[in-house]
Amino acid sequence: MTEPRQHALPDGLPTLRIRDLSIEFQRRRGAPLRMVDRVSIDIWPGEIVGVIGESGSGKTLTSLATLQMLPNRAAIAEGTIHLDDIPLQDRSERDMRALRGDRIALIPQDAMQSLNPTMRIGRQVGEPLELHSGLSSQRARQTVRKLLEAVHIREPEKRVQEYPHQFSGGMQQRAMIAMGLALNPQLLIADEPTTALDVTVQAQVLKLLREIRDDKGASIMFITHDLGIVAELCDWVYVMRNGQIVENGPTRRLFMAPQADYTRMLLDATLSIHTKPGVAQ
Amino acid sequence: MITLSGVGKVFGQKRMFGGSSEFAAVSNVSLSVARGQTLGIVGESGSGKSTLLRIVLGLIRPTTGTINIDGQDIATLPRRDEKAFRRKVQPIFQNPASSFNPRQSIGAILRAPLEVHDIGTRQSRPDRVAKLLVRVGLPVDYASRYPHQLSGGQKQRVAIARAIILEPSIVLADEPTSALDVSVQSQVLELFRETREAMGLTSIFVSHNLAVIRQVSDTVAVMRLGRILEMGRVDDIFANPQHEYTRALIDAVPDHAAIMARS
Amino acid sequence: MNLTLRDFDWHRWRLVILGGAIIGTILICAIFAPWIAPYSPYDLDVMTMLQSPSGEHLLGTDELGRDLLSRTIFAARISMQVAFIAAGVGLIFGTLIGVAAGYFGGLVDLVLMRFMELLFSFPAILLAVVLMASLGTSILNAMIAIGIVFIPGFSRLARAATEVVLREQYVESARAIGMSHRRIVFVEILPNILAPLLVEAAVAFSYAILLESALSFLGLGAQPPEPSWGNMLNTGRGFMTQAPWLSIVPGAAIFLSVLGFNLIGDGLRDVLDPHMKE
Repeated sequence: MTEPRQHALPDGLPTLRIRDLSIEFQRRRGAPLRMVDRVSIDIWPGEIVGVIGESGSGKTLTSLATLQMLPNRAAIAEGTIHLDDIPLQDRSERDMRALRGDRIALIPQDAMQSLNPTMRIGRQVGEPLELHSGLSSQRARQTVRKLLEAVHIREPEKRVQEYPHQFSGGMQQRAMIAMGLALNPQLLIADEPTTALDVTVQAQVLKLLREIRDDKGASIMFITHDLGIVAELCDWVYVMRNGQIVENGPTRRLFMAPQADYTRMLLDATLSIHTKPGVAQ
Repeated sequence: MITLSGVGKVFGQKRMFGGSSEFAAVSNVSLSVARGQTLGIVGESGSGKSTLLRIVLGLIRPTTGTINIDGQDIATLPRRDEKAFRRKVQPIFQNPASSFNPRQSIGAILRAPLEVHDIGTRQSRPDRVAKLLVRVGLPVDYASRYPHQLSGGQKQRVAIARAIILEPSIVLADEPTSALDVSVQSQVLELFRETREAMGLTSIFVSHNLAVIRQVSDTVAVMRLGRILEMGRVDDIFANPQHEYTRALIDAVPDHAAIMARS
Repeated sequence: MNLTLRDFDWHRWRLVILGGAIIGTILICAIFAPWIAPYSPYDLDVMTMLQSPSGEHLLGTDELGRDLLSRTIFAARISMQVAFIAAGVGLIFGTLIGVAAGYFGGLVDLVLMRFMELLFSFPAILLAVVLMASLGTSILNAMIAIGIVFIPGFSRLARAATEVVLREQYVESARAIGMSHRRIVFVEILPNILAPLLVEAAVAFSYAILLESALSFLGLGAQPPEPSWGNMLNTGRGFMTQAPWLSIVPGAAIFLSVLGFNLIGDGLRDVLDPHMKE
């Protein structure tokens, strides 16, 4: 069942290829718990892929596995993950560190938790540059200012000197995105980056992500539970439930003609500001 | 039934040598809710909607203005009438994780309001609790369970049960479904609607989620930075937003139905 | 999700169980001292003084011919009593003060906490000595004095924990139902601040034993011929070269009881904390 996929390259490799990935959680007693079961996801260059699921669907674990940042008791039981032609699933920590930030970047859910409150924004956003590129601090500062501009943070020269708590929630999230962009990664993994934001700020962040894809050709894995965001932003959608992929396809087709019952249920349950109570969609 | 007039709340204090840490969470809010109707208050963070709700609940004293509930001005309510007031007006809060005392069983949590207001007897209360659990769609034996054993959706059902056990006339809900999964959210909202209708409740529903507000409300008030920008019947507000902030809010919501229709 | 089987998580409770075993043994010695101890702790026999451990006197005898083993076992009574009473006094009064300060805030908080800080600023032993100087030098007064030393620490903890719980939504809900202050404090707040207080209490037990030993060492607290590990250490000092066991034995007893209580305290902290993570 292969549907035409806009970003797929007939002779090329996808940016990210996850095949039959299973993640198990070691319990102290008893058999290990399978949290993710034979999940396969492809992300092509320049594609924005939505991974949608409710809590417990395994979507976050899947993204963490890609970065080899699974929590202590969890481990990949089977399957492969490839970034271009580089296998990730058995990669050493040292080799992963070379990739993280540089070729794969994570934009986590709660920016405030991820930012060091005692470090100035300029220095934090520049950290990936220091770690990977060995730029002189002069050049690093310039790059950081450009990055802040790219994420539409006004007056970057002033903001660079400020601390996270002086930024609003939306700005913090944009600073995190700037950090993610610092080294021009091929793949951005965004895990519910707008859940904690006001809806107007969310709209700006989504617009920004689309710009990043348009201008730099980065691929984005967007993890969310919000169907509306997926409809607006994503090219291709994977629907996850209880650790499995229930359905996947182009956004429009998925919404107009969902094939799995679960997808249909999600669509029905999602309220729209344009429906009145009791009116079927 | 509920009438607010010029209600304001200022937090903070003036400092000694000039300057102040004061800020107005709520400014000059006037609104009314007719009996049996639901007012949806929509606003982003910092809009003051939660503070306003707590003022109506009597948990925060307003700095200015009057709040009239069913003929009584609650800002000047004498102590001894407070308890009776609490019976009439009940809250449903947002966070299922912390809305319940983790050390108490669900049954104890639901019995508490009855005990505080001396309703029923020790023998009759468990019965009433059991009936209520069934009514909100939970198995009766959940009374002996503890909050951590329930899912988010189940906890919110208990929250609704707790809100109605005293048979109030007014229910004030602060983002009761924001922390829930989409599929659970619609079930809980449906339960809320059923309950409202069956009991003829007047309610105020606060949320940042426009779709939920649309679903639940009869009238809508849009709040920003402590003020009400616009208020009216729900269909009017959504079809014909007058204020540009309201328009911006509606436009900002990624709505799959609209998008699919558009493309 | 009810645990019907005895699938008890031994691993998680290992420290508490180990500490509990040690303290349990000491408690049994203390309670059943008259039956366990081979001799009376008061029986003098100048002929058998300063004997090293032997078949007849398993741990030897002291300078008055009294059996060391028996004295050590009886002394456990003093130490256990002090530990429980002092920690109890500190816990109960400290919690009352801390919760009152946290719950009512404002002037109540200000006055109570400044007073606590005043007490807190004294070094423990100094404060205990000063208190005993005014109360008198008996074992009971020692227990009360040590208890008072603990009150500020507990009150600070109780106040902080109360402030955290006050912010929780279930307290707001309780107020919204119209619950009385008393009920909110006892039903909503107290059970939920118990965890850190119990951990602190476990540590307080061990500290109480150390303080009592110090006090009896100084000649306050248990008076001769009452045996207490502290005054045994004190007399043993004078016989270090001739009869080292007179110091080693009570010292070891103090060490074991402090270890036991600390293990329980650490274990409880581990049990109550990562509860959330799993």
